[in-house]
Amino acid sequence: MLIILLTVLLLVGSIVVAAGKAGHAKRVALVFASAGLVISLIMLFQFRSGAEAQFVTSIPWVPSLNIHFHLAADGISLLLVLLTTTLTPLIIYSSFNKQIARANVFYSLILFMQMALVGVFTAMDGFLFYVFWELALIPIYFICLLWGGDGRARITFKFFLYTMVGSLFMLAALIILYLHTPNQSFAIDQLYQAHNTLSPTLQHGVFWGLFLAFAVKMPIFPFHTWQPDTYTNAPTQGSMLLSAIMLKMGVYGMIRWLLPTVPFGMDAYAGFAAILAVIGIVYASCIALAQVDFKRLIAYSSLAHVGLMAAGVLSQTEHGVIGAVMQMLSHGIVVFALFFAADVFINRTGSSALNALGGIRTSAPLFATSFLIVILGSIALPLTSGFPGEFLLLSGIFQFNIILAVFAGLTVILGAVYMLRAYQKACLGERRVGAGEFRDITGVEKTVFVIVAVCILALGIFPKPILDLAGPSVRRLLEISSQ
Amino acid sequence: MNTLIVLVSLGVIALLSELLNFKKVLFPITCAGLVVATGLSMYDWNSNAYVYNRMLYIDNFAIVMTSLICGLSVLWFCFSKKYLERDTYTTDKFALILFALTGAAVMVSYNNFCMLFLGVEILSLSMYILAGSDKKSLAGNEAALKYFIIGSFATGFLLLGIALIYGVTGTFHLDTMMMYIQAHQTDLPQLFKVGILLILVAMAFKASVVPFHYWAPDVYTGSPTLVTAFMATVVKTVAIVALFRLFVIGFGDAYDVWLTPVIIMSMLTMLVGNLIATYQNQVKRMLAYSSIAHAGYLLIAIVAMNQYSTGAVFYYTMTYSIASLLAFGIVYLLKDNIESVGVEEFNGLSKRSPFLAFGMTVAMLSLAGIPPIAGFFAKYFLFSAALKEEYYALVIVAIIASLIGIYYYFKVIIAIYFKESKEAQVAEVNTTNKALIGLCIILLIGLSVIPEVFLRLRF
Repeated sequence: MLIILLTVLLLVGSIVVAAGKAGHAKRVALVFASAGLVISLIMLFQFRSGAEAQFVTSIPWVPSLNIHFHLAADGISLLLVLLTTTLTPLIIYSSFNKQIARANVFYSLILFMQMALVGVFTAMDGFLFYVFWELALIPIYFICLLWGGDGRARITFKFFLYTMVGSLFMLAALIILYLHTPNQSFAIDQLYQAHNTLSPTLQHGVFWGLFLAFAVKMPIFPFHTWQPDTYTNAPTQGSMLLSAIMLKMGVYGMIRWLLPTVPFGMDAYAGFAAILAVIGIVYASCIALAQVDFKRLIAYSSLAHVGLMAAGVLSQTEHGVIGAVMQMLSHGIVVFALFFAADVFINRTGSSALNALGGIRTSAPLFATSFLIVILGSIALPLTSGFPGEFLLLSGIFQFNIILAVFAGLTVILGAVYMLRAYQKACLGERRVGAGEFRDITGVEKTVFVIVAVCILALGIFPKPILDLAGPSVRRLLEISSQ
Repeated sequence: MNTLIVLVSLGVIALLSELLNFKKVLFPITCAGLVVATGLSMYDWNSNAYVYNRMLYIDNFAIVMTSLICGLSVLWFCFSKKYLERDTYTTDKFALILFALTGAAVMVSYNNFCMLFLGVEILSLSMYILAGSDKKSLAGNEAALKYFIIGSFATGFLLLGIALIYGVTGTFHLDTMMMYIQAHQTDLPQLFKVGILLILVAMAFKASVVPFHYWAPDVYTGSPTLVTAFMATVVKTVAIVALFRLFVIGFGDAYDVWLTPVIIMSMLTMLVGNLIATYQNQVKRMLAYSSIAHAGYLLIAIVAMNQYSTGAVFYYTMTYSIASLLAFGIVYLLKDNIESVGVEEFNGLSKRSPFLAFGMTVAMLSLAGIPPIAGFFAKYFLFSAALKEEYYALVIVAIIASLIGIYYYFKVIIAIYFKESKEAQVAEVNTTNKALIGLCIILLIGLSVIPEVFLRLRF
């Protein structure tokens, strides 16, 4: 029931905010988002450890086609719901200093997006999953279209078309699975059994159908061309939603909907797909090295990180998948903070170009310190949140294929290079024009950075609860896939 | 079948109102009458009876379709109140639309080829006149003439087809003819096959299915916007349903004669309709091609011909009609009944009237088939009905066509939200129209929550 409560609350919130006055929108939205956080925390405390899905709600929706409105959460889902409900209030709060035109629509779309994301992470029915998956696309499309930068019509349309094509392939794959389930049903347990009657050729097709949708969403090389432009061009809150939460839809989809459904497909093509993911890591890292704009750099670093997560999942090892779950949380928080830092740059100097910055540390020590913590989290220094995830991921990939692991490991080195280079350019060295009067962070900015820094360190020092929460569910999914 | 009587009497009342001078109350009378007609038709639920000497067969499919067109017409009348009462020909327009509805009601429940022919003619004749109802408009006159000539051609085909079938089977009744087909499944005479194909061609003309669609864009563009709205919703729906009724019930057992042509026509219609629509800069023309494309999707149901397709057809025509009515209604509210409305007229609509902008967006999303708007579910049910019968190629073409479709529907959305408007003036909408648009939006979103009710529909 709690999940339904959460989605309904967010839906009501989005309607209330849209109908209300623009002046109050951000506060009302924050209240609703925080209420969502409270509900998900209650879920966390009521959660009984184990692999089974809890908080089940299943209502027949289209009984003649065996479609159910089936929401439930196991460990993995719960963690991602928590990530969503934690980050959305932060994303809303991080915009408190800004004047946003038509604020009521803006915040309403954010809450709607959050509702859809919760739905994606908890849907246990293939059709419902697809509906929520698409539902999440519409608000972000309008956020990017209405509040984005120059050339947004072309860029957002490309983004929309890419993801739409991907998801149609997913729908086709889901329908093929559905037609081969014992009772012709979209229930996830039934879809997991579809492979028994599915010919290997069709399994290959289903694998690619699902993989394509997830690969576009994450994105994995070579389906990534929409991503840098969209991330750079979107309003800051939009980039945060896209990279911190929406990207996780792809990884989550792989874990829950691809890994256990088509074992033959996985056997045949997981290696190839993992190679694509690793190519993406190296490729994106190299491009990130050459970026002069901080937002673009984040976009490419995000591409590299998500490649590692995908490779971890595709390795089909326990370490790899748990690592991916861990890394999803860590990356969500870190990339949110990075975009927030980029926003701070833009507020102060008018652009996020690294060349215009320099010597911030002397005038804004507090900002420089928090920024450093975030950067360290991103390059996965031990005791920051990035480390356990990245370590597990690399260990998983290593068990899968040593050569792949070697190339994937490059991300650690290259990531350190481009991130530290960015820090160096921005915070150290001589003061540049424009950076001279760089105010230190106060108020809202300070609060956000403190929360983020605490999360990054806490997850890094004591990741065990997370691993315990996700472990049983991951093992169950791997068991299903190896049957 | 009291619905038919009510509809005819309403038409006669509309004509009399000019003589007896109660024009002012004609609008409420018509709306109330249509509501009564809807109620009466629902009253026959589950009766499955032959009426009027087996001329009509009232099954549940006919009942829901009659109710649907009556309901749509109520919406249409509410949108068009101002237009209808504006000039001197008020009563004629009321009467013509009501007679067209009579024809439509016959076309969804016929059991006899004569009734099919009569229905088609009653509907078409009214539409020919309405298409040219703006006497001073050159494009309107062209539209009416074109529609009339092509329509008459199609009628000729229809009559010839019916004659051939009568010659072979000796009956006009659908049910008797079915028995004939079952008895002669292996040795159907050539003339009979030719008859089926001629009827297919004729109905394809009426439903604007490629390659018999040439009239549609010109007629849709030239007619007054509201008449186009009526054509694209009620007339389109009825033509497809008549086709569906004829082929799935009547010629169902002779499917090897018509299946391949219908599959090819369906593919062509989806692809050609969507492809040409991408090149249009006029909204009405674009919607005309979109309506051609939607006829192609609906043909999939005829191909699938299983227990799911009936409900799917009903759900699809309902969502499609509501979305089209909403789109045309907004075009009308913005630009009145003029012939050419460019996409650029929508530039910056989000600033001039956020409500209209939202309505148009929902309509476009529904037509494009983006979840969670009802249009997506409609497409999904159609496609899954075809997948159940393993028509993979057809569904793949349909998916590709839908993807192409997204492009031009989004062209409008992008214009609404992204492009700057030349005129800064706010587009005023009165309360009635706001309520109507609101109702359509709620229907389009609400129908996606309860699709099951409609899917249970069987013959």
